Amino acid sequence: MDTVLEISEVAFRWPGRSAFSLTVPNFAVSKGETVLLLGESGSGKSTLLSLICGTILPDQGKVDISGVDITTLNGGARDRFRGEQIGVIFQQFNLLPFGSVADNILLPLRFAPARRKRAGHMEHGAETLCTALGLPDGVTRSKASMLSVGQQQRVAVARALIGQPPLIIADEPTSALDANSQSAFLDLLFKQTTTHNTSLLMVSHDPRLGERFDRVIRLEDIAQIERSAA
Amino acid sequence: MIVRLAIASLFARALTVGMTVLAIALSVALFLGVEKVRTGAKASFADTISGTDLIVGARSGAVQLLLYSVFRIGNATNNVTWESYLDIAARSDVDWIVPISLGDSHRQFRVMGTTEAFFEHYKYRQGRSLAVTDGAIMSDLFDTVIGADVAATLGYQVGDPIIVAHGIASFTEHKDQPFRVSGILEKTGTPVDRTVIVSMEAIEAIHVDWQSGAQVPGQSTPVDVIREMDLTPKAVTAALVGVESPLQTFSLQRAINEYDEEPLLAILPGVALQELWGIVGIAETALLAVSVMVVVTALIGMMATIFSSLNERRREMAIFRAMGARPLTILGMLIFEAMVMAAVGALLGLGFLYVGLIIAQPILDSAFGLWLPIGAPTLREVYVMIGVVAAGVIVSFVPALRAYKMSVSDGMMVKS
Repeated sequence: MDTVLEISEVAFRWPGRSAFSLTVPNFAVSKGETVLLLGESGSGKSTLLSLICGTILPDQGKVDISGVDITTLNGGARDRFRGEQIGVIFQQFNLLPFGSVADNILLPLRFAPARRKRAGHMEHGAETLCTALGLPDGVTRSKASMLSVGQQQRVAVARALIGQPPLIIADEPTSALDANSQSAFLDLLFKQTTTHNTSLLMVSHDPRLGERFDRVIRLEDIAQIERSAA
Repeated sequence: MIVRLAIASLFARALTVGMTVLAIALSVALFLGVEKVRTGAKASFADTISGTDLIVGARSGAVQLLLYSVFRIGNATNNVTWESYLDIAARSDVDWIVPISLGDSHRQFRVMGTTEAFFEHYKYRQGRSLAVTDGAIMSDLFDTVIGADVAATLGYQVGDPIIVAHGIASFTEHKDQPFRVSGILEKTGTPVDRTVIVSMEAIEAIHVDWQSGAQVPGQSTPVDVIREMDLTPKAVTAALVGVESPLQTFSLQRAINEYDEEPLLAILPGVALQELWGIVGIAETALLAVSVMVVVTALIGMMATIFSSLNERRREMAIFRAMGARPLTILGMLIFEAMVMAAVGALLGLGFLYVGLIIAQPILDSAFGLWLPIGAPTLREVYVMIGVVAAGVIVSFVPALRAYKMSVSDGMMVKS
């Protein structure tokens, strides 16, 4: 099985801040695999996600995404690579409120030419995804700020999926939703990742979500975090 | 798409962005307005006297001669004798000559003795002649023609009697010889508006009983006796001269300056006006500096607006970053935003200027004689607007660099 993400021997220390360091000896996600990463807030999840997305660089070690070690890329190339390879879903406030739904869904394609090519007809692709995610017809022309929180999260999924990036990273995407919507949201998300054979790495503090995933991992099992009061 | 989103983002903050744009627009309108008034004032100033080739007076300084003969500011140190005046008038290269006699006043306005030729030869604003709006040019010895400001300030109408005072700001009046307003001149925007014009003979007439600047006690010649007297002037304060051919201007000037019988001075009005504007021009520069400061203030205001928006837009920047935008893209977006605000402000300012001009043009012309032409933006104004946009872009680098740093350190995770 191909690996989409592989982290090896990564060590990171926030520069200048009170001593916080994170080391990850090895962690990998295979193609099409869904992984739930459990960790309390403030446990270093954000740091790990930033390392995977390449907005911060480890002091040592390798972060391979689709076989490319992103630590060898320069800043601009790393940003573009993220746009090409990773779909990101935040906890909330995923969308640019002043843009239309279509603007928001198509935004990553603006920075990722290869992904744009894969997406084909962009507006059509956005509409298809919206329909598949149970969003009302014609929603792509609505202003993002007009949507409910649940709808906004689904638009964020559409945005993460468009152009079929191999990896989707979701950072507590359900925490802003109530229990019923959470379940419906995850159903839709999984249906789409299965259809597109996309890998999903979801971070959460809620172990109850675990049964849906191929694999559940605790952050402390893959990473050593040191925090010494300075 | 990014451009569209950046503009959508501006619209989403319509109120603060609108205020910022308004501030820039007003400052640009002020700046361009000051420029217009400045060039208009300079042109009006240079147009105070035209068509006159030389001004002749007793020897003093060029600016001083210009000031008292044209602007009625200050006094002549000496007069030109009537003989010298006739000598100059008799020269073959002199086309026309108009004598001016100053020294008396009516209320706060100067009285100027001259001949009818003054109305024919005095030109302002590129060759416009004086015109009488009401009444007629003086025909009687004790007739007077008054400027528009004199009539407006003192409420005079044709036929009203006026009494001329001796000297300036004086309490001794030429009570024995009251004048009658025979005509009121059209507003010109020149010192003529503030002048009471009488004939040269009238100046002699009111001084019949005076010697060495004081009235001879007890002596009062009746008006009908004065009318019979020889009222040929003994001296003139200055004279306006027109030459036969412009080529002779300099030779005539030299001849007058080297006149043996009496120390005289002949000046070219245009040159002296330039010299005088050089002195007055300091105020003009100060005005310009102030309006530049206003533009700078507006741009700093814009900088502050962008700065204060940065925190609430951290989330927006994080989304862009997560989608693959480089920090440089964020920087570019903010600079683009500033450019749009400055450009819209500058154009709106130009619009304000035209609206202001259309409203103010007739008012300024009638109240101050200041004529501001309305036309297509001059190259200079276009440069000013480009300059404002460029300055806006430069100023916006400060918040944009901060946003750049924020988006580097935040990445896609905003710690809220």
